[in-house]
Amino acid sequence: MTTQRPRVTRNAPKFQDLLRDTRFWRVAGQVIAVLLFLLLVILVIDNVIYNLRALGIQLGFGFLGSQASFDIGETLISYNPADSYGRAILVGLVNSLRVIAVGLVLATILGLVAGIARLSNNWLVRQLALVYVETIRNIPLLLQLFFWYFAFFLQLPNVANRITLPGPTFLSSRGLYLPWIQGSAGAGVWLLLLALGIVGAIALWQWRTRVMQEQGVPGNQFWWALTPIVAAIALAYIINGAIPFSITLPQLVGTEQIEGGLRLSPEFGTLLLGLVVYTGSFIAEIVRAGIQAVPQGQWEAARALGLKPGRVMQSVVLPQALRVIVPPLTSQYLNLAKNSSLAIAIGFPDVYFVASTTFNQTGRAVEVMFLIMITYLTISLIISLAMNLFNRTVQFKER
Amino acid sequence: MQTELPPPIAPPISRASSPWEWMRVNLFSTWYNVILTIVCTVVIVVGVSNLLRWVFDIAQWNVVATNLQLFFVGRFPPELYWRVWLSLGVLAGLAGIAWGFSRKDARWFSRSTLIALGIIFAAVILLPLPLSSRLWLLAIALVATVGYTIGRQLPANFSGWFPVAWGVAFLVVWWLIKGGLGLAPTPTTVWSGLLLTLLTATTSIILSFPLGVLLALGRQSPLPVVRGLSTLYIEVIRGLPLIGILFLAQVMLPLFLPPWFRDLDRVLRAIAGLVLFSAAYLAENVRGGLQAVPRGQAEAAKALGLSAPLTVSLIVLPQALKAVIPAIVGQFISLFKDTSLLALFGLLELTGIARSILAQPEFIGRYAEVYLFIGLIYWIFCYGMSQASRNLERKLNVGQR
Repeated sequence: MTTQRPRVTRNAPKFQDLLRDTRFWRVAGQVIAVLLFLLLVILVIDNVIYNLRALGIQLGFGFLGSQASFDIGETLISYNPADSYGRAILVGLVNSLRVIAVGLVLATILGLVAGIARLSNNWLVRQLALVYVETIRNIPLLLQLFFWYFAFFLQLPNVANRITLPGPTFLSSRGLYLPWIQGSAGAGVWLLLLALGIVGAIALWQWRTRVMQEQGVPGNQFWWALTPIVAAIALAYIINGAIPFSITLPQLVGTEQIEGGLRLSPEFGTLLLGLVVYTGSFIAEIVRAGIQAVPQGQWEAARALGLKPGRVMQSVVLPQALRVIVPPLTSQYLNLAKNSSLAIAIGFPDVYFVASTTFNQTGRAVEVMFLIMITYLTISLIISLAMNLFNRTVQFKER
Repeated sequence: MQTELPPPIAPPISRASSPWEWMRVNLFSTWYNVILTIVCTVVIVVGVSNLLRWVFDIAQWNVVATNLQLFFVGRFPPELYWRVWLSLGVLAGLAGIAWGFSRKDARWFSRSTLIALGIIFAAVILLPLPLSSRLWLLAIALVATVGYTIGRQLPANFSGWFPVAWGVAFLVVWWLIKGGLGLAPTPTTVWSGLLLTLLTATTSIILSFPLGVLLALGRQSPLPVVRGLSTLYIEVIRGLPLIGILFLAQVMLPLFLPPWFRDLDRVLRAIAGLVLFSAAYLAENVRGGLQAVPRGQAEAAKALGLSAPLTVSLIVLPQALKAVIPAIVGQFISLFKDTSLLALFGLLELTGIARSILAQPEFIGRYAEVYLFIGLIYWIFCYGMSQASRNLERKLNVGQR
């Protein structure tokens, strides 16, 4: 029997050994990745420069200063067609922020209600919530916006034949008219004094709680905290001699005109309704999952303590459910903010709509796209930052 | 030793004996439940009666009946309809096989089989279709049934072939629709309706899948540069609205590409946009799966002497992907819904064709009918997919215990 002599492996390192070495790959992988990335960037930039030159386009943000000369249907800050493109985009941004802010609040409320209703011990309530969630979630938002706008808002009767809802609230093809509050002359003083009162109330509350915990005295912090607020209100009333706001009701002037109150245009109303109803259905599922993640024993313990059902939900279940709810809720908030760009489908002048009009007039694709990117990235960043801070406060504080 | 979990104890609430008892427990247990029940009943009665009156009395459904072909295949040339039907037949046959395979032990006529048959027959009889379409539908139902019978006979180790079969079927369908290789090519401008919706959604998810897996691996990579670039891509794309990315794809993609490659047609540009978008979301889903694989698995593979690429492709990825199948189905559902945005860029997919139907002078103002009808189509697909994924999830969970 002939045995083969084992080969000596301790000679100079071969190329093959290098390929099997993790340390080599750790460096080589990064170098390759950087080179590929740079190659891609150079290729893209080269193409862009070549293509722009071929089309005779020059880059630069100078166009933002030139006259926009298109009108915007809805503005919160003053604007007229003689203003610059920059101003127009700012108007659009304010409109976007308005719909996002109101939408976030309303969608949260709707989602919370529907999510809790999904777990109600009332069979009908449960089924209604289920039908809402399963219908709305499975139909595209764009289609829902078209439906609300064309099949609902635009089919409403005109102002003369308006629908009157209790409130008094009017619904017509010109929009939704709601009673609203209007700040009066002394509102600044009121706000200042109220802010001071609230700061005082928080300080008193904390001081009183500490005293109660340290010395073991019984007592109610609530009445202590209420005093500075009542004092602030009384003081403000003495200074101004009037309440800080008045309620304006929508009123019919002539036959075709409604004045006073708050008017929500059909476009704003549609976008808000669509976003709230759509996002609310997703939030409902998140809330339901979060509540179901709270162990059954927590419910039972709370009930054993004699707490009422509403109190169990508010003080025991929801605070624990929030740990599960907040992270996916953040991404729904981001979705709502991004989906607000669908305003273009129904002609609500949000930032995307105005930017798109600017692109159509100036042909500045690269710059406009850059502006859109920066705007939405900033909005997304702010929302996720705020939600991450909130998330930190609801998570377990482990020692 | 106890080896099985005790059977879950049903809550006492559901043990209502008579209908009266059931109502007392589920509807009128407390005073506020009585109020809620009354309010809900009023809402349901008013809502449903108004809806029924509208559906049967006010709505004019002829806009849907006349345009049925436009909704489904749009402007596809009528003499080439056989290619669409054949594609549907291929898919139905394969689906039948897969279904039969997954229900080997079930009885032949279970409830779901009967429901499916009932729906098909109702569609064939009730829908105002020309005779040829009815014959095609019957033939396809027959193919699906034959597939179901074959699927029940297949050996258990066949399951590995399904991904291959679906891949081949996808290519065959693309070939049938697009033409070329012996068939007359159709320009993408005639693709429309549900056909275009399904084509763009399926193609985008299939193309974005490898990209998404690569991005997820890149984000988990120990190499800081790779990780940084992947994270940057994912976060930027996820921070943008889809409509912005589609704008980028429609308007700016031609600027980024070399001149000889610039004549990309609109459908392909839209698919490119959807792929770029979907890959970032898919990457986050896959990352969740990667994080769920215990580190010991990779260490064991390394201890066996597997190289890093082999460890990832043979050990880690299969486990990670299996864990995130429901999330991927969810991603597919949202991509399917998101294709409706292509209507804003002038493509005639389901929402786009609905708008063009509404622009016909004889159907002006029939918004509610048309939008409800295509809403129903979207709903059937999305709800079906979400139920299927729920079933799959249940099945996978059973396997793991």
